[in-house]
Amino acid sequence: MTTDVIDNVGEEIAVYSREAVEQLTAELNEPAWMREFRLEAWETFANTPLPTTQDEPWRRTDLRRLKLQNLGPSINGQAQVAVADVPDYLGEQLTEDKAGGVMLQVDGETTKFELSDALREQGVIFCDMHTAVNEHPELIQKHFMTRGVTVDEGKFAAMHGAFWRGGTFLYVPKNVKAAAPLHSALWSTEGRTYTHTLVVLDDGAEATFIDEYASESSRDAAIHNGAVELLVGDNAGLVYASLQDFGTNVWMFTHERARTGRDARVDWITGMMGTRLTKAFQTVELDQPGGWARMSGLFFTSGRQHFDLDTQQNHNAADTVSDLLYKGALKERSRSVWQGMIKALPGSQRIDGFQANRNLVLDRQARADSIPGLEIQADDVRCTHASTIGQLDDNEIFYLMSRGIPRETAVRMVVQGFFDPVMQRIPIEGVRERIADRILEKVG
Amino acid sequence: MTAALEIRNLHVNVGEQEILKGIDLLVKQGEIHALMGPNGSGKSTLAYCLAGHPNYAPSAGHVIFDGKDLLEMEPDERSRAGLFLAFQYPVAVSGVTVANFLRQAINARRRGDDEDDKGISIPAFRRLLKEKMDVLNMDHKFAGRYLNEGFSGGEKKRAEILQMATLEPKIAIMDETDSGLDIDALRIVAEGASSMRDQFDMGLLVITHYQRILNYIEPNYVHVMMGGRIVESGGPELALQLEDKGYDWLREKYGSVEEA
Repeated sequence: MTTDVIDNVGEEIAVYSREAVEQLTAELNEPAWMREFRLEAWETFANTPLPTTQDEPWRRTDLRRLKLQNLGPSINGQAQVAVADVPDYLGEQLTEDKAGGVMLQVDGETTKFELSDALREQGVIFCDMHTAVNEHPELIQKHFMTRGVTVDEGKFAAMHGAFWRGGTFLYVPKNVKAAAPLHSALWSTEGRTYTHTLVVLDDGAEATFIDEYASESSRDAAIHNGAVELLVGDNAGLVYASLQDFGTNVWMFTHERARTGRDARVDWITGMMGTRLTKAFQTVELDQPGGWARMSGLFFTSGRQHFDLDTQQNHNAADTVSDLLYKGALKERSRSVWQGMIKALPGSQRIDGFQANRNLVLDRQARADSIPGLEIQADDVRCTHASTIGQLDDNEIFYLMSRGIPRETAVRMVVQGFFDPVMQRIPIEGVRERIADRILEKVG
Repeated sequence: MTAALEIRNLHVNVGEQEILKGIDLLVKQGEIHALMGPNGSGKSTLAYCLAGHPNYAPSAGHVIFDGKDLLEMEPDERSRAGLFLAFQYPVAVSGVTVANFLRQAINARRRGDDEDDKGISIPAFRRLLKEKMDVLNMDHKFAGRYLNEGFSGGEKKRAEILQMATLEPKIAIMDETDSGLDIDALRIVAEGASSMRDQFDMGLLVITHYQRILNYIEPNYVHVMMGGRIVESGGPELALQLEDKGYDWLREKYGSVEEA
């Protein structure tokens, strides 16, 4: 990247400007309604200041070193990349049953796409988001950033609304149990992606969806500003696993929200390994009685990585259950923050909310903060939280070594053991193995 | 070749205080030694020191194990060389199952012998583990539990002996394995340990302050430790004598040691 224009205010406006939005929507050949949507989001973005550490959710993540104007919007669709450069592991089969829908996007271009006849016959829609905008406008207009993530949530949500590019749409019709799992893998050469995941399960539908995103570590800072919307209808059931493995040059901002209908279930797994900085907002909204949500998070920071995870479990109806377990290991000078909240609206009786965050700090200079929270306005509830920050226990290491196990193996076993309770919650063996492999790589 | 654990004039300080004040002891494969003594006499310090716990490093003396300088070895090397300590207070390791732990321990041994060893096959390991668990009258479900996490006192001790049975050491130290065991569990554990001597010629150093366990593991030698020294050694009759008379007669005899 050339540096001659970086300090030029005019150039900054050109990168994030109304004109840039116009240009993007024209290039994508989008219908008028999406153009309008983007422009409105642009207005919100333009009128929202960048969050500072004075804003509660950003207290522990300082953006002063983020040079937004240097980063620019998504390079999706512009980069020239050889598919051969994409690492083999991306998109490889992780589910026991062969995935019925597989999509690989490289810098926003779909380079591989399969959708089985069985899924097509069921009426399952699985495609990239731009195809969805053009071919399924009624579904997208109804669900895209209307009930899940909305542009008024903040600077980055608005920015996403204006500049999103790439991503995956999954729709499963009423009472259809998707015949096979679906798997999307997004690869980016630099990590400059603004991808959108939209999953809509109609009433009584069921699906398992693996959403992977990764990029090469390049020298220049890059931004990923993503959004994930998981809309689960009455009696529907979704297993959603996202695996993030961006390069350490990436500043990642992501807004993610699941909503459940009556007696609906969402089993949400998040594995976070990459990025320079991650600021994630992950929320479940249990809107109807009988809703069940399980959130399982695994992260491992090293080097100078900084993860700041905000989770919310909102019990908006009676007789709802949420169960969150986030576990993280930290190495070297890395830092993690987990801030969790369980909310119960008045009248949300007989709810059961659980949240736990546990951290294993492997080096003296690493630091974890864990901040649980409850806001309960109903009286007949069961809400519990737990948070721990622990270090490697020398006695455990000695005990394992006393049985002949070398120190490095003992450390690995203790770290793996630390993650095991959350691993056990992951219903897909291949996802467990993938995360376990990455954890071992990170332990070194 | 028969291996031996030879302790010569071993001194250990814990913090500022000298706990072991010159221990001499020779345990050979196939022999059973009982090390008795009141609380605080230094028995567990000796056990930890031999296993290589960093907080119990020796200040003087030598320990030769199977012809090698034991004190120069890391704890894992000592284990792979054939030394085993059944802990008085086994450590819980969350998220690591008994089975996984033992498989890693077996594989570490195999790789110690041959770098390229692929490790024990899963079916062979399962067979081995079941067999050993049956001897100790243990429920097979035990293998799937996290190591020592939420175990009762008795379960922890049984798990230690299961490890001993699986790893087949040349010399094992049992540090108060009898404490916290009811009489039935004690019998099973002690008979199990005893049979290991017959099966693979294991040498055994049984640390205890009760004679009870020695009803099931008959020692060849009995030593009494007080104030950081072995003050009396003899045959099995010494244990019976202690059972009868307690330690007071020894305290009178070696009172100065206790004070020191």
